[in-house]
Amino acid sequence: MKNDRVRYLVVGNSTAAIGAVEAIRRLDPSGTIRLLSREPHHVYSRPLIPMLLEPDVDLHRLDLRPRDFYEAHGVDKHLGLAAERLDPRERTVWTREGPVPFETLLLACGGKPFRPAEVGGLDACGVFSFTGWDDAVNIRSALETSKVSQAVVVGGGLIGIKAAEALRARGIEVTLVELADRVLPLALDARGSRMAAAAIRKAGVELLCGTTATCIEAPGGRASAVRLRNGACLPCGLVVMAIGVAPNADLAAGTDIRVDRGIVVDDRCETSVKGIYAAGDVAQGTDALTGASRPIPIFPNAFWQGTTAGTCMAGGEPRPAAAFAMNAVEVFGLPTISVGLATASGEGTEVLTAEDEAGTSYKRIVLRGNRVVGALFVGDVDRAGIYTGLIRDRVDVGTVKPLLTTDEFGLLRLPQQYRKHLVLGEGIEA
Amino acid sequence: MSGTGGGGNGNGSGPRKRIVAVEAYCIGCRLCEINCLVKRSRSRKILKAFRRERDAVVPGIRVEESGHVSFALQCRHCDDAPCIAACITGAMHRDPATGAVVCDESRCAGCWSCVMVCAVGAVRPGKKRKVASKCDLCMGEEMPVCVAGCPNEALRYEER
Repeated sequence: MKNDRVRYLVVGNSTAAIGAVEAIRRLDPSGTIRLLSREPHHVYSRPLIPMLLEPDVDLHRLDLRPRDFYEAHGVDKHLGLAAERLDPRERTVWTREGPVPFETLLLACGGKPFRPAEVGGLDACGVFSFTGWDDAVNIRSALETSKVSQAVVVGGGLIGIKAAEALRARGIEVTLVELADRVLPLALDARGSRMAAAAIRKAGVELLCGTTATCIEAPGGRASAVRLRNGACLPCGLVVMAIGVAPNADLAAGTDIRVDRGIVVDDRCETSVKGIYAAGDVAQGTDALTGASRPIPIFPNAFWQGTTAGTCMAGGEPRPAAAFAMNAVEVFGLPTISVGLATASGEGTEVLTAEDEAGTSYKRIVLRGNRVVGALFVGDVDRAGIYTGLIRDRVDVGTVKPLLTTDEFGLLRLPQQYRKHLVLGEGIEA
Repeated sequence: MSGTGGGGNGNGSGPRKRIVAVEAYCIGCRLCEINCLVKRSRSRKILKAFRRERDAVVPGIRVEESGHVSFALQCRHCDDAPCIAACITGAMHRDPATGAVVCDESRCAGCWSCVMVCAVGAVRPGKKRKVASKCDLCMGEEMPVCVAGCPNEALRYEER
């Protein structure tokens, strides 16, 4: 690697990094972009790693961008070369191959699986995370080399459910354990979660809520059972720990860059050190709905933050972004979409719900004042994005409230001004 | 311009041909929906498609109606398309030739992230097939069928 100062240095090679590279190249066709990635893989989609457990998987299905992506975007890529140390004052990142001085830097180093210190046996053979390529490949080879008939997945969030699905599809008996009183507790309310639980159980997965793992039994260093807080002991040959992801802010720790739970960024995704940006699961920005500073580790947010950071790094003006929680999760065939404060209730909150007669679909719209702040769809997710738009743009829906959960609701019901904002110039003439 | 290759580029700013709906001219006849359905059907025959494939095919255009007000709505092919940003597979991308936002169905995983972020509700879950369904500006046609078949010029296809 040459030692001259690179115009753009990107640490990371996932959603946020890709968003940044594409944004930089829209504004600057020629400035050097160097990209360092700890993982050796071509940019892949993390949400698609369950595919790696499918028989005869075509590995190219996981490519988030075509194979010629780096070349087409003029990226000097170094896959499998980790950034080991960062000196913001020297404006230099060190790798095992030497220093990389930079003009601007994007930290897009993602998250790391949360490992609860109080749970014993996490280092045993047969205990896995499920957030990256290697996790899935390691699980696959464990399944192929040893006879695993039972597995325990700890954590009933998105990642745990995807792990349970992938294992169940291979015919393994799976027990899913969730500490909260319901699955997907952050995304679904009690009603929605009951529908998800029914889908999980219908697929033959044992679901245990309200308890968690205290210890993994591993005589001889190999996981053989998971002991639960409620006293139960679940024999198994494989354990997936999926109780959450924390920002991987190690590079910034101990530097001038402000780190709280994640690397703290402003609305331009710039850190406390000028010219150094952070985006994606590693970053901690402002939640547009609550005003709280917190990581929002979801796919679209990573891409948008990457776009914002890349735009700023290249000297452009980013479009105002509104970051808030949103998840589209299919639970054993049951589609769900949860946006904003979808589970909120209590004082100052108005909740509208609707479900169809067969009990196969359920909607929950959460309002504060005359504005939608949360929306939940289970079973039927068609046109859910209209509500995402209402939340993002803080649209006054006072006049159409009674229609919000009905099939008659659509763009036509919205204030004409908003409708124009969405489509005029590119669409409807009034 | 370099750097826009490789697919997946979320930005397609600049003038290009777009479908424009004229609310005042729309009579709510829904012929645009039918023509889109036929274009996407196996049979490509209006009666067969309407009778047998209506439940399997999701048209890329939708007429909204309330009293005497109606308009036809399809994908705006946004310059800064949120569906491309949110796509977890890279299936949703901008066609370099037409500027249209299109879904590569062979890559789509049916996660509905695109449905979640489309504020106009124009990306819709497929009915029979688990892939996102949306307007593709009738790739390869001189004139999109919804525009060509509109009896009252309530849909126009023009450079904007």
